[in-house]
Amino acid sequence: MAVALYRIDDRLIHGQVIVGWGQPLSLSFIVLVDDAVAASDWEQDLYRAGVPPEMEVTFESVASAVSKMASYESRADKGIVLTGDIDTMLRLVEATAHAIHHVNLGGIHHRAGRAPRLRYVFLAPDEEAALRTLSDAGVVVCAQDVPAATPVPLTAVLAGSGA
Amino acid sequence: MMTSSIDGPRAVIAGHGDVAAGFVSAVQQIAGLGAVFRAVSNASLDAASIEAAIARAISEHRATIVFTDLPAGSCTIAARKATRGLTGVSVVTGVNLPMLLDFALKGGVAPDDAAQSAAKGRDAIIVHAAPEVR
Repeated sequence: MAVALYRIDDRLIHGQVIVGWGQPLSLSFIVLVDDAVAASDWEQDLYRAGVPPEMEVTFESVASAVSKMASYESRADKGIVLTGDIDTMLRLVEATAHAIHHVNLGGIHHRAGRAPRLRYVFLAPDEEAALRTLSDAGVVVCAQDVPAATPVPLTAVLAGSGA
Repeated sequence: MMTSSIDGPRAVIAGHGDVAAGFVSAVQQIAGLGAVFRAVSNASLDAASIEAAIARAISEHRATIVFTDLPAGSCTIAARKATRGLTGVSVVTGVNLPMLLDFALKGGVAPDDAAQSAAKGRDAIIVHAAPEVR
């Protein structure tokens, strides 16, 4: 599988992605799917600046990512598809006719209106509903911030209280 | 115990977990100048909240530099966003203790000081290779 991980992480490209997952999985490309970043050269330069030169980064809107998804999945090397929020991943799953089967909750951090579920997962009611929609559609949703952590299934995430 | 006020330049240190507070503690222990720095942790914060925390720290501490840990880390991204519209505030990544001590002890405020402190930190990285096993 060329896309090793479909990850939701509100920090987008950061240490856990580059070092935590990138090195053990030998990831050589990142597809950052975010409509705002895809429209901003400055933000793209910002995210690209910290990525090692051997790692390729592409910036896509949901629409452009959908049209290229098959090419990502057919690559010989391994990569990660990254969104900054649940809604973007849900749109991606629905627009690709449910070609995405596993989604990783990597980091959805504290913000007003969100309740703590895990140490690194805080969810608002509409975000919980979106995750249930993903799960009901057959997508396996697990929380796991770094490879060494134990994956936490969605049911346990939603039953959590932040520990 | 840290001094409550300082006259010279000030900086923010932003990093993962407790690393920034650890650096402040170390600078205080070595030089008594921990108050030069304001620590910011990204723990449990989303990207917008990290940016807001760094912006608040720059403003409250009147900082001229933000030191961050990982070049591709969330603190660096947030620091660059927080300083984008500011004049005279630099971001230096890959922070280490020699870099911070140089900044605190030198007491400069010009943009070049950030580069000089960064160079000092880079120069302090030395590999003392293990002797060959015979």
